[in-house]
Order: sequence, then C-alpha cells, then structure tokens
Amino acid sequence: MELVEKPYAKAFIAYASKRPEVLCLSADLTSSCEVDKFRDQYPQQFLSCGMAEQNMLSFAAGLAMEGFRPFIHTFGVFLYRRPLDQLINSIAYPNRKVRLMGFLPGITTPGGVTHQAIDDIAILRAVPNMTLLETGDATEVETVLPVADAVDGPVYVRVLRGQVPRLFSTPFRFNDIRCVREGRDVLIVTAGITTEEAMRATAALEAKGLSVRHLHVGTLKPFNGEQFLDHLASVRLGVISLENHTTVGGLGSILAEIMADAGVGRPLVRLGLNDTFAHGASKPYLMTKYGLDAMALVRAAERLAGQALGITQDELLAVRLEAVHSTSKAEAL
Amino acid sequence: MTRSTQAIADGIRRRVFEHTIRHNGGYLSQACSAAESLALLYNEVLRLGPSTAPAIPRPFPGVPGPHNPDSFTGAGYHGPQSPEYDRFFISPAHYALVVYAALIEAGRMAPEGLEHFNRDGSSVEMIGAEHSPGFEVTTGSLAQGLSMASGVAWARQRRGEPGRVWVYLSDGELQEGQTWECFANMAFHRISNVSVVIDVNAQQCDGAMSTVGYMGDWVARLRSFGADAVEVDGHDLAAMRTALSRRAEDRPVVTLMRTSPYQGMDDALKKRFPRLHYVRFQSSEERRELARSVAAQLGIPNPEP
Repeated sequence: MELVEKPYAKAFIAYASKRPEVLCLSADLTSSCEVDKFRDQYPQQFLSCGMAEQNMLSFAAGLAMEGFRPFIHTFGVFLYRRPLDQLINSIAYPNRKVRLMGFLPGITTPGGVTHQAIDDIAILRAVPNMTLLETGDATEVETVLPVADAVDGPVYVRVLRGQVPRLFSTPFRFNDIRCVREGRDVLIVTAGITTEEAMRATAALEAKGLSVRHLHVGTLKPFNGEQFLDHLASVRLGVISLENHTTVGGLGSILAEIMADAGVGRPLVRLGLNDTFAHGASKPYLMTKYGLDAMALVRAAERLAGQALGITQDELLAVRLEAVHSTSKAEAL
Repeated sequence: MTRSTQAIADGIRRRVFEHTIRHNGGYLSQACSAAESLALLYNEVLRLGPSTAPAIPRPFPGVPGPHNPDSFTGAGYHGPQSPEYDRFFISPAHYALVVYAALIEAGRMAPEGLEHFNRDGSSVEMIGAEHSPGFEVTTGSLAQGLSMASGVAWARQRRGEPGRVWVYLSDGELQEGQTWECFANMAFHRISNVSVVIDVNAQQCDGAMSTVGYMGDWVARLRSFGADAVEVDGHDLAAMRTALSRRAEDRPVVTLMRTSPYQGMDDALKKRFPRLHYVRFQSSEERRELARSVAAQLGIPNPEP
C-alpha cells in the first residue's frame, strides 16, 4: 500500500497560495498541523493566534465577515471543546465561512483523553449550519480543500496527517458515499481511518464465503441517506458501522436515524468507542483494545451471519507498522 | 450635530425610564451609566453615514443560513459600510434597550420602533442579536463581540481603510478570559484601528463587581496587555471627548468610562444598589413611587397614570 508523506502540507500550500483571501490561522500547533512550510513561505497569509482558541474562533468570524476565508488549524479537540460557545455563536449561528481543520481525529494520537477528539461528530452534528467532512486517505486529504471551501457556511474537517495511506484514486466528492466493494450479504459502513481497517477484514470475509458491500463516508453532515438506503436494500443480512468515535452520536447513530426515519427495520451493529474515553497509547493498540480493528469487524459480521467463520488474526492483512517517533510528526504526539 | 449631546443623553435616560415603568421593569441602570458615552459616540465621535435601515424595524427574518436569503443584520442603523466609515459593535447585548433609545435619540430609528421591544416575532429583542437594530453580530454570550470586531479590524487594517472599529464593552466582560486573549492578540498583531469604550459601572447581575470577583487595576492590566488605556469620568463629556480622540500607532485604544449605575436617578435608584442589573417592581406601589421620584429628578411628567 502506498504511503504518502504529509499530503496535507503540500495540498494546503497548493490551494491557499493561489488564493490571497484564504488565511491560515494557528494556535501554537503549526508544524503539528503541517502548515509550518506554508507559514514560512507565505507569512502574509499566516496568523499566529497563540494558545487562545476562544479568541481565535471569534476573531476568525470577524475575518470571514470581511470576505477573508480563515482556515483554522489545530487539533480537533481544541476546536469544539473549549471554544464550543464561540463556534456556535460567532461562527455557526451567523453561518460564517470559517474552515475548521481538525487534526488527530479520534484515537489517532497517543495524547490521551485531552487530545483525542472522540465526540466531535456527535457534538458538532447537533449544531445547525455545520458541515462535517472526514478524510480517509491521502487522496482525500489532497482533495478536500476545494470541497470544504465551496461550502456556504462553516465546515469542520477531520484531517489525517503524517504518513497517510492512499486508498482511492478519485478525488473527495461532497456528500457522495464511496462504494469500496459491492457485495450481497453484509453492508459495512466506515469513515476515516476505519476504512483502511475494514479493507483488511473484507478480503478475509469474502475468502470465507461472506459477500461484503463496503461503503466509505466522507461527508457526515449532510448525510446522503438515499445512497445508504439503496445499498442497504441490496444486502441480505444487515449493516455494521465502524467509526473512530464514540458510538453515541456518530456514524452508527446517523445510520440508525436514517433507517428509523425511513421505517427500515434491519439489524445494525455499531462498532466504535463503546461509550468510553480512551487513553494515551499507539493507534494500533487502541484500535485493538477498543474494538475498532479488522477483527472486531469480523466478529460483528459473524454475529450478523449467525455463524463462526474461523478467521484468525494471521489471516487478516498485516497491520501497517507505525513508529511512534516518526520523522513526519512534529513531536511524539 | 443638531442636538446637544447632553440632550441626547437625557433623552436616552427618559426613554428607558418611561419604557421601564410602562413594562414593569427593564435595564434601567444601564441607561444611567451609559447615557453620556452612547450619546457622545452617536452624536459626535462615530463617523457613520445616515441609517440605511427602515425607521420601524422589520420583523425577525429567520435565522441565518445557506437557505435563508432574507436574513439581515441591524448594522444598517449605523449607516452604509464603506472604507471611510467607522463600524460600531455593541458587546453587552443586554444594553439593547439603551441602544435602541440611543438610536431613536440620534435619529436613526423611529420612536415607534420601541413598541416592538421584546414582542414575539420582533427583531427588537430584549437581548440584542445580530438582527436587532444597531447590532451587527450576536454578542449575548459576553466577550465574543470584541474578538469578532478585532477580526473585522484586522481585515480593514490589511486593506488600509481609514474607518475605525469601535467596540462598546461592559466592565463585567473583563472577567471573561476571552477578553484578555483578544487584547493579547490585538497587541501581537498590532491592530491599531480599534477603539474600545468600557462602561465601568462596577455592577453586574449578582451585584457590585467587587463582591463577585477580583477586579484589580483595570488600566494597569490593560496596559500590560499592550493596549493604550485611560480612565475618565463617564459622565464628563469634555473629558470623554479628549479621551476618545486618542489614537495609537501600533495598539488598540481603550477608554474606561467610570460611571454610576444610578446617575441622574439617584434619588430613587441609589437605595436599590447593588440590586440594579435589572430593575423590577414587587408592587404597583413600588413602581408608582419610583416613577414619581425619577420623573421629578429628570424634570419630566410622571409617566405613571
């Protein structure tokens, strides 16, 4: 699998350098969000806001009022937890074109509870006027900027950084669910890093005779319910969601709401952080510990199929090894 | 300037007083403290074009969003937006009644507009929001107004516009951490086209500010955060004129207006201190007594029938 080094860094320079109305805001996490080269090359478009997110969000709203388009770069948690009131009143209510670039979604950081954005989708989905995007591979990281910037209102994006696998060859398309695999028995719906994980499981499941339909979601709000229901209608057993987020209020909840609204009563298994915080450790460790990995998906598929498929860890594709101290990260976080 | 600033300040007090009596309560002490500063800003200091908004405010147009082309802000009452004109942001949104009274006295809104105050479906809301007359942003969650205004100011400074950005703050907002984040950010980015006016009436919802939280020396604190700050008597028009004419090369300018929450109505209001944030009446007798006393002190007819 191709691993792309810092796709966001290049993509942001390419996008923003041609658009002087785009401003890059940062709160002391400039290299951690891969915009340090942009800062050095285009200082006129870069605003250091200090470690002060509440002011940064309202300040960005003022910039947007004047026709600038601020892209705020920090870890996802720092965009919606401390400054949620500012996000709601300064940005979301007046529908300002502020782009909130949230790095380190879910358990992709060993930073522990303070750094892990495990409830961002649930919280921000409840905020009117918000659009929520999530990148799942290098291609999506490279192509999400024009999609986000075309939104008439505020956008929150879950951005992947560092070494990012390339899974897709076509660009990010707004509110369009990707069909990764077309099967007939079980529907698997994933977003972000769980898509790569699901791809490990689906091959093993198919080898045991279980036909898997796999969808990858990039746009979480709005959500293309029609596309989802069409795919659901074409499988035999039911649907499994796997998300890098608490199972309360995220992708699985979205699917449940759509099915309930449409009166579609099909089995749904929601995988993700099961109403728990996580803690500081490596991504592969946390994905296994909290059941966000390929094996968790296999077990869920077995439950839906009503039979053990006898898939062992060895049969799943080798987990990509990721050094904690990678050169593509600013620090070990 | 066709009317004297003091006449406008007196008019603000009178309108808010009459409204408070008629509606059995209101933000009366804010009119007492803010009448002179708001009158001076609207009548002499702010460079604003004539109002572009309807004299009688339109009904609430629905919340802003990508599918509501009808939403508007109340900024039109401050005239057209253009590079040479100032912008005026009011942060303490609960001063709305006082702001509406000031707009009327400044000839920017019809007196009848106040009839829509706090009526269902009206944009003339009790806590002003961005659709309310005189408001451009939603600031009811305090301390966000200054940050938003500083973003507008950075953009205007980047474009080299001569117009300034004025922000009206209440002293209670100095308790919010965001206020200090914003002053640090303005100093760091050398935002120098901002003038902040603070109504230091030293009282807040729970009572006297000194009993609610630590105050310290605001002027020293503001200066240490990189602002050009002075304090003046907020009822002394001459002193305020001088203070508001200050400009600084590389930093925002702050004028703290030391005010009294019962200025002009102390015969009736002083004894209520520190319960002045929202003046309400327990009985019609109490209302009649306050109406009689304040009307006598203002030298106007008693509005209580």
